[in-house]
Amino acid sequence: MSALRHEPAFVDRQSFIELGARERALTLFDEGTTRELAGPFDRIESPWLPLQGVTPQADDGCVVIKGTIGGRSTVVVALEGAFQGGSLGEVSGAKMTAALDLACLDAEKGQPTAAVLLLETGGVRLQEANLGLAAIAEIMASILTLRTHAPVITVIGGTVGCFGGMSLAAGLSSYIVMTREARLGLNGPEVIEQESGVDEFDSSDRALIWAINGGEQRHAMGLADALVDDDVQQITTAVRQFIVMGVPATHRSSQVALYRERIQALDATQQVSPQTLRETWGHSDGTGSTA
Amino acid sequence: METIEFDYPAKRQVSGRAHVGVVGSGDLEVLLEPVVGDSAHVFIRTSVDGFRDTWKAVLDRFFSKYDGAVSIQINDAGATPGSVQLRLEQAVEVSEP
Repeated sequence: MSALRHEPAFVDRQSFIELGARERALTLFDEGTTRELAGPFDRIESPWLPLQGVTPQADDGCVVIKGTIGGRSTVVVALEGAFQGGSLGEVSGAKMTAALDLACLDAEKGQPTAAVLLLETGGVRLQEANLGLAAIAEIMASILTLRTHAPVITVIGGTVGCFGGMSLAAGLSSYIVMTREARLGLNGPEVIEQESGVDEFDSSDRALIWAINGGEQRHAMGLADALVDDDVQQITTAVRQFIVMGVPATHRSSQVALYRERIQALDATQQVSPQTLRETWGHSDGTGSTA
Repeated sequence: METIEFDYPAKRQVSGRAHVGVVGSGDLEVLLEPVVGDSAHVFIRTSVDGFRDTWKAVLDRFFSKYDGAVSIQINDAGATPGSVQLRLEQAVEVSEP
């Protein structure tokens, strides 16, 4: 009897969601290869938050770590969802842009460097509105340049999810990895409810939100490439696989005609159900999805 | 947001530094770095105004045991005194493994 183990796998797994941004980033790397860029002791913090009476964070909620993953040069940029909802301000945006641009320079010098974005974010930081918007534009431009040289992999672990401007960055990346707990969407549920009313989207209805924005649905409708458990090992394995796979032949965001056709084919006179989208958009038909 | 500073006497030079915590609701970030000299300096920015006496009580207690010459920066998002104490002890543990 004593030799039998009855614990299900989730008892033994190491949770990714429970880790902070820096720990999440560090778990992905080969041991002893990491170096943090513009870390907390460099104190490159937001100059705008204290002016508005908001306590800043020494790394502005953006952790940049360079090293190797499976022996390949990689930079990981992790947003800290617990600090200001993982929002992008002037400094955190500049850190992400600079990291992507340095990876691009590496590639031009013959050392391809992949980028992994750990996105836990509501998008632009409202206290730095215009600077945050500009930062997102820069990030998107940098992703578009880098992704021709090396894969850009977005991981959405949860539970903040990835919304607002950063959902556009996720959409431009080469591969998206999500957990069931994660969400991906342009406008967050609260924003939709506030702007269009509770009849449009009830932001307190968690089952509804996850049926539309949740990782399982996003993967089933072909908008995410891998669905993994909240498990460090599974996420690391998925990231390694996508780094090895390299730049995809066609990025999902380049398939404009395909998605335009799909959206036009939807019958807007009646409510489209999440299940219908799974069946009609499902990812066995060359949407760029791989898992 | 309120800024609070304290100074305490120190007897010992330390070599390690530490960064622990996050500026998330009910939590705080502590940056502890060695300094040259015979005093420790604490610089606090807290989102909750009007608790200077409570901060002094927590730090008085911490420095009744700790004597390192350090600069401590605290970025606080409404942590309770107990959480502050634990984060300070964690910072010491990380800086002196």
